[in-house]
Order: sequence, then C-alpha cells, then structure tokens
Amino acid sequence: MPEFYNEHVQNALLLGTARYPSPTILEDAIRSAEVDVITVSLRRESGGSNAGQHFWEMIKRLGVRVLPNTASCYSVKEAVTTAQMAREVFETDWVKLEVIGNPDTLQPDVFGLVEAARILCADGFRVFPYTTEDLVVADRLLQIGCEVLMPWGSPIGSGQGINNEFALRTLRSHFPDVPLVVDAGIGRPSHAAQAMEMGFDAVLLNTAVARAGDPVSMAKAFTEAISAGRSAFLANPIEQNDMAEPSTPVLGKAFLS
Amino acid sequence: MIDLYLNGEAISTDAENLAALLQDCGYEHDRLATALNGIFVHRESRTSARLSPGDRVEVVSPIEGG
Repeated sequence: MPEFYNEHVQNALLLGTARYPSPTILEDAIRSAEVDVITVSLRRESGGSNAGQHFWEMIKRLGVRVLPNTASCYSVKEAVTTAQMAREVFETDWVKLEVIGNPDTLQPDVFGLVEAARILCADGFRVFPYTTEDLVVADRLLQIGCEVLMPWGSPIGSGQGINNEFALRTLRSHFPDVPLVVDAGIGRPSHAAQAMEMGFDAVLLNTAVARAGDPVSMAKAFTEAISAGRSAFLANPIEQNDMAEPSTPVLGKAFLS
Repeated sequence: MIDLYLNGEAISTDAENLAALLQDCGYEHDRLATALNGIFVHRESRTSARLSPGDRVEVVSPIEGG
C-alpha cells in the first residue's frame, strides 16, 4: 500500500467527491470501494447556510483522510491563500496543489506550480502537486520539497486515460523511490490498472466514478482494478515481443502431414 | 456603516472587524476560513482584522472536490 509523507494509506484509489448524483451515493461509493483518502475543496458560504458543516459531518462519519485541493486557482497567490484556508478548515497540512494554466485543458501552469509549491513546502505543507508528465518539472518539484508527485494521465474529466505512457514510464524510472500518483483523465478501471501495472503507487480520479451510471459499483470496480494492477506490477510482467512465441511445446509434436 | 464586499456581494455593515462581521451575517458554525483582500486571516486573528470601506471579504467552507 502506498505511503505519503510517512503515512500509510490502505487503498491506492484516491477518490474525488464532486459531481455525484447525491450525497448518499457519494457516501455509499466511498464505503463500497473502501477508500481511505478523498479529495475535497472550499467554496464560498453564505451566512446561515451551514452547507459546509453538513459536508464536514459526513467526512467525520466516514472516518477517511482528506486531501484538500486548490482547484480553479489560476495564480500562485490564489493557490497559496486557498491552501492556507484549507489547512485551517480541514485540519491537515496535506494539500493537492493545483495551479491551472489553461481553461480548456485545465493543464497545470507548471511555472506557477513550482513557485506555489516552494512557498507551501517552506510553510510546512505536505504538497501533492498536480503536474504534467514533464521530467524536469518533476525534478524541480522534488528539489523544492515535494515528496509526492501527481502527473496527469490526460485532461481532467476527459476520461481519455493515459495519453503519454512513455513520459509516465520515464518518471517512474527516474524516481523509483518517490510516490507517484496518476491524477486526472482516468475513465475506466482498465486505465487505472494500466497505471498500476506501470508501477505507479496510486491513482486519483473523480469523474469516472461520479458520472458513471452506477457510481457505487464503479468505485468498487476501480478498487479491484487498482489492486489487480498493483499485484501484476509486483509479479513482474513479461516483456512485449513483436513476433509470436508458441506457448505449447513444439518438441514432441506428432508428425501428421 | 462600512460598505464592503462579502463573497463578491456589496453589503453595508456596522461590524468593525472580521469576527463581528461573521456574527452579524449569521455564520453559525466555525468550519470556515476567511480571507481579507486576498490575504488569509487565521481564526484567532479575526477580531484584530479591522474592516475598511471597499474591503473584499471571502468566507469559505468545505465542499466536494476532485
């Protein structure tokens, strides 16, 4: 099971909590998949609404760990302030750091990301940076204090799966001891299994479960796929060949022609 | 009276500081975080965070997120 900032996590599926048909279905999905870490966020609240308090009570009831995000932040200042507010509200120094650089692709602004991560790491945060698959950016994030990396599989909510397998394999190869989480773009359990077979430590996803026809069953399917993918990685899969290799022994075959 | 912006809405208030503003505006629980003019204000600092005309106050609470 993965370990982030010296904390063991029971399930390598990190699950987002947005876009579910109802709070009950969200809660059932988390329970069904035996999720240990959920992502959460902050939004404006009006006086007297108590909406945030109700969501907080659900989190406490589930007994899961929270990973607050800085979603929708387009500047370093916004992301840092949001992280500071999240630390107070959620009582954790974990933060899924997002500094978005483009509204169409929602891809990270890696320049702002490194700067925000530097500020937050220096302030005692345990930063989970949502980044691209870029090796140099990843190295810079590690240098300034991040101990986890979360490269995207493909654009957030797109369901495309892993778009750049080569680059993700490169990251895995260069940083064998750094916890790596594929974050964003996962659409199906097979995508998640693929990431785990490649040696990634965990997968973070939201839409693929929340918008499925049956989110509760899909959450469970993801947990099973991620577990299978991890087992396969540990079992050391065979290398791919261009040509066929007979699996049935040729020696001793009857001569019948 | 001070004219300021609370979560983007123009309001007028008698509150002189952030803590008083939250109370006056009906915030009943404390699972909240605040920012004043884009700067985070820690829970313990709300009373000393004095309000001025044109201030931008943000009050946020937990919500679902991906």
